[in-house]
Amino acid sequence: MKPEDNTYSICVGPVHPALKEPVKLNMQIDGEKVTGVDFELSQVHRGIEWAATRRNPIQVLFLAERICGICNMSHMISFSRAVESIGGIEVPPRAHYIRVIGAELERIHSHILWAGVAAHELGFDSLMHYTWKLRENVLDTVEYITGNRITKGLITIGGVRHDIPKKKFPRIIDTAQFYSSHFDKMADMFLKDRVIMSRTRDVGVLSKRDALTTCAVGPTARASGVKKDVRKDEAYAAYQDLGVEPVLPDAYTGEIHGDVYDRVLVRLLEVKQSAEIIERAVRQMPEGPIAWEEKPAALLAKLKPLAGDGIGRHEAPRGEVIHYVRMTGEEHPYAWKVRAPTYNNMMAWVPLLMNEQIADIPVIAASIDPCMSCTNRAVKAGTNDVIYSKEHLHRLSVQKTRELRRKMK
Amino acid sequence: MNAESVLKGFRKEFGSKIKDITIQKVPNSLKKKLFAERIWFSVGRKHLHSAVEYLCRTYPDPHFAVCSGYDTGKEIELLYHFTVNYGVRAGEITITMRVMLPKNDLQTDTITDLIPGAIISEREMQEMLGIKVKDIPDSRRLFLDDTFPRGVFPWRKDETGPDKIARNVHAARKGGMK
Repeated sequence: MKPEDNTYSICVGPVHPALKEPVKLNMQIDGEKVTGVDFELSQVHRGIEWAATRRNPIQVLFLAERICGICNMSHMISFSRAVESIGGIEVPPRAHYIRVIGAELERIHSHILWAGVAAHELGFDSLMHYTWKLRENVLDTVEYITGNRITKGLITIGGVRHDIPKKKFPRIIDTAQFYSSHFDKMADMFLKDRVIMSRTRDVGVLSKRDALTTCAVGPTARASGVKKDVRKDEAYAAYQDLGVEPVLPDAYTGEIHGDVYDRVLVRLLEVKQSAEIIERAVRQMPEGPIAWEEKPAALLAKLKPLAGDGIGRHEAPRGEVIHYVRMTGEEHPYAWKVRAPTYNNMMAWVPLLMNEQIADIPVIAASIDPCMSCTNRAVKAGTNDVIYSKEHLHRLSVQKTRELRRKMK
Repeated sequence: MNAESVLKGFRKEFGSKIKDITIQKVPNSLKKKLFAERIWFSVGRKHLHSAVEYLCRTYPDPHFAVCSGYDTGKEIELLYHFTVNYGVRAGEITITMRVMLPKNDLQTDTITDLIPGAIISEREMQEMLGIKVKDIPDSRRLFLDDTFPRGVFPWRKDETGPDKIARNVHAARKGGMK
């Protein structure tokens, strides 16, 4: 504490439920206001890229899937696209459609998971349970298609590993329609509730300029009005045929604030958009082969001599994933760089948290949807080493919601 | 706008300062034959800053994706990945600038004055490859913990690489890093 300027330093993390990722946020606090933000990321570096330089491309594909517990398919698609661009491998049309269906199912479950976390951070636990109950439907469908709920193992280099037979189509269409039809109810609960509105409207504002200079991606950038969506910009896989437009908040409210409310809105609209894409993809899916080479051993033999640089990009639920791969004709990739969306969105925390209140930290930090699991959190205030538990900070947030609710009655 | 026109501008501005130019066309869509265009070129480290400045001037708000880098033996190669022309269907162009740094002089200029969001990548390159970014606004470690030994750089493949501290990791000696 510096007595002359009355600021305290508070550190949130490293392990922390709102962040869901071991990240340490150091904040300067003046009274209730955040006046300085800094973060440390060193807690979970696993050296996956290093491990990949001693594995063959097919093994790396499955390693890539394990980078993220939620958007695992994004990394598989990005890595495959990078290797495919090195070898000029053409993916059959049917495989493109199956990739889109898998990716969009993933987006639905990721966004709904996040919506639940946002509700929890605001102190609406019943809403959290309701949204997570809705999420079960898509997870069951993913299991029905691929055999697994989360790590789908659906992608291979040059196509997909298993087909979706026709008899499974009705169930996928049902799921898509389920989410289209529940959009209004979700919108009612999240977007029209006065208390949620006052906790999120004009809180944690990211201006369009800040979104551009901090290189933000995905819903975080789109909520600030940046029209950036790899699905449209690259029109890869079957997205060209399905006509995807980036979702901006003004489509619903007619204006762009770039606040937490807009980020909630963009994600809810994207759930609806994904449901529509899935339905169209299932109906338009062409017949034909599902992979460039179906047998893994034969595929590996063809991949080994590849040499060159490749970039693979994909629009994951949180934004653009980009993989850089260098192959040198040996069995292992020579270099592999993975850039997940949170890497870029992290910089947005600084303008987002500036001048906000302590009780808003959980929901603002969570609003960029930083990616990973959650356990515990400790807050260290001042020089007296007063350590509050994670419950304390959460309680502050819940208290604020309750007070607002009382005032509004 | 296409890759050719972007490159024409670069050639006009920098002439022989940019080398090894390739345009990669990645087939994208199904019905209409569209391509994702990827431009790759090398630029001397003296001209990196002016190349990025030219990019920012010509195409306002280019998206800086990430900087990747690797050890080629005698040199460190850095690859700055940018994208321009987003928001146009199948119109986005990826531009990658390669910069070679000799191992006896691992220094490069910062681009954070042009693109503030590049700070994460620059801090990462400093700790992972042991290079020095001149005038970087914040040179602390980011992904590596403070307890990680100094002088060990995880992305290097020479004696400063992570091999010696990874000796107990399963199959660490198998293939790859020699």
